[in-house]
Amino acid sequence: MSEVKYSKEHEWIKLDGEEATIGITKHATEMLGDIVFAELPEKGSNVDKDGTAGVVESTKAASDVYTPVSGEVIDTNQMIVDDPSKINEDPEESAWFFKLKIKDKSEMDSLMSKEEYEKFAKETSA
Amino acid sequence: MNIKKTSLNNLHIKYGAKLVEFAGYQMPIQYKDGIIQEHKYTRSHSGIFDVSHMGQLFISGGDDLTNDLEKIFPADLKKLKTNQSKYSFLMNNKGGIQDDLIITKTSDGFLIILNAACKYNDYEVIKSKLDNQYKLNLVESLSLIALQGPEAKNVLNKVIPGCDSLKFMNGNNHVYKNEKVYITRSGYTGEDGFEISIKNSDAETFVESLIENGSKLIGLGARDTLRMEAGLCLYGNDLDNDTSPIEANLKWAIPKSRIETEFVGSEVLKNQFQSGVKKLRVGIKPDSKVIARGNTKIYNDKNQEIGKVTSGTFGPSVEHPIAMGYVDNSYSTVNTKIFLEVRGKKIPANICNLPFYKKNYVKGEINV
Repeated sequence: MSEVKYSKEHEWIKLDGEEATIGITKHATEMLGDIVFAELPEKGSNVDKDGTAGVVESTKAASDVYTPVSGEVIDTNQMIVDDPSKINEDPEESAWFFKLKIKDKSEMDSLMSKEEYEKFAKETSA
Repeated sequence: MNIKKTSLNNLHIKYGAKLVEFAGYQMPIQYKDGIIQEHKYTRSHSGIFDVSHMGQLFISGGDDLTNDLEKIFPADLKKLKTNQSKYSFLMNNKGGIQDDLIITKTSDGFLIILNAACKYNDYEVIKSKLDNQYKLNLVESLSLIALQGPEAKNVLNKVIPGCDSLKFMNGNNHVYKNEKVYITRSGYTGEDGFEISIKNSDAETFVESLIENGSKLIGLGARDTLRMEAGLCLYGNDLDNDTSPIEANLKWAIPKSRIETEFVGSEVLKNQFQSGVKKLRVGIKPDSKVIARGNTKIYNDKNQEIGKVTSGTFGPSVEHPIAMGYVDNSYSTVNTKIFLEVRGKKIPANICNLPFYKKNYVKGEINV
């Protein structure tokens, strides 16, 4: 069974066994506006929890994408690089950013549940 | 300082605007559709922009007004016909641009449209340069609404019949709800369009009637992407106190008849006309999809810094990143290869012609 958690930097992470899929939340896309550019980490590279692992840009500004857990990048989603508007359309499903082979599952513990994140997102945007 | 609101503030909220502070005013950055849809709607139909934060300065009184204004502005004001407009500059003694503006000759003087962030300073500067001899009125009682896009003339004509006979960079008095409105055919998007100066109390119903006729409110976000595609400068980004109109590649706005005459900054401009300039504003097209924003450093192929980007975004109509900036004059030729430093990487790009998007009045022609 997969487990979905959320970070304070507005990323979601879905863990299936060792494989973690990471993207940005719908709330994040609403704050950013129309996304026109996405940059992803390189396949085979290692990323550290809370480190930069990509960039998204709207017409207005650039924002870093962070990884909520450490691991090795095993796949990236070329679809969102080719058509960044897909991130606005379907941020929490088909427009995932990258997949990691997770290094330490205990890093999931500090992340938020869906309910906790929704409360956090509401409070921080108010 | 208290944040100011325009007469359309309630309307912005009604139409779901995301409001931000801009030049001391609460202004809409975008509405519900978002910047890209708003940008495209302006290009395909028409968009309404609240530009009431901009300064509307009326100057009148005295036979020598035209002469005295020519000592300030490098425009050919003597040749200007009533209701005709010209783009010009308020400069400092070094030829640096303090503001870029539009001067229109009215029946009893001149109307100057000033940038919001510069208007109070401009007022003081112009007033003192005119030795307090004339009547200056930076009006707060009038709103300024821009209507831009291929359908602008049809939409406006339904609300104020007859305005479609105006020629580009010309204005005239019209009537709306028994009140005088002043309309010019001008804009800041690269599209055909109008700017309507209207009493604050009539602005809301006027804009609602434009919306009823098919137009949509557009925020400052799309205004910025539209003007960048059109290759137009934003004061504070692309123009400033240390940059002359010649360096800004706006030589066309200084008529030949004025080069030998005196105005504020004329010494420096005359010299630059003769000897050329060290830096020049250029269009920049990155090879890839990477966006270079303002302050991005520009390098040559030998890794030497040669300039910096002053505006950059993704162009929704040209569907490619676009930028403009200043480079050492020897790199300003179209198709020169340059490199933009974005997040530590050198991104290849080319110097290109402006504008990126050109309207040919039949259909949009894309220059990228």
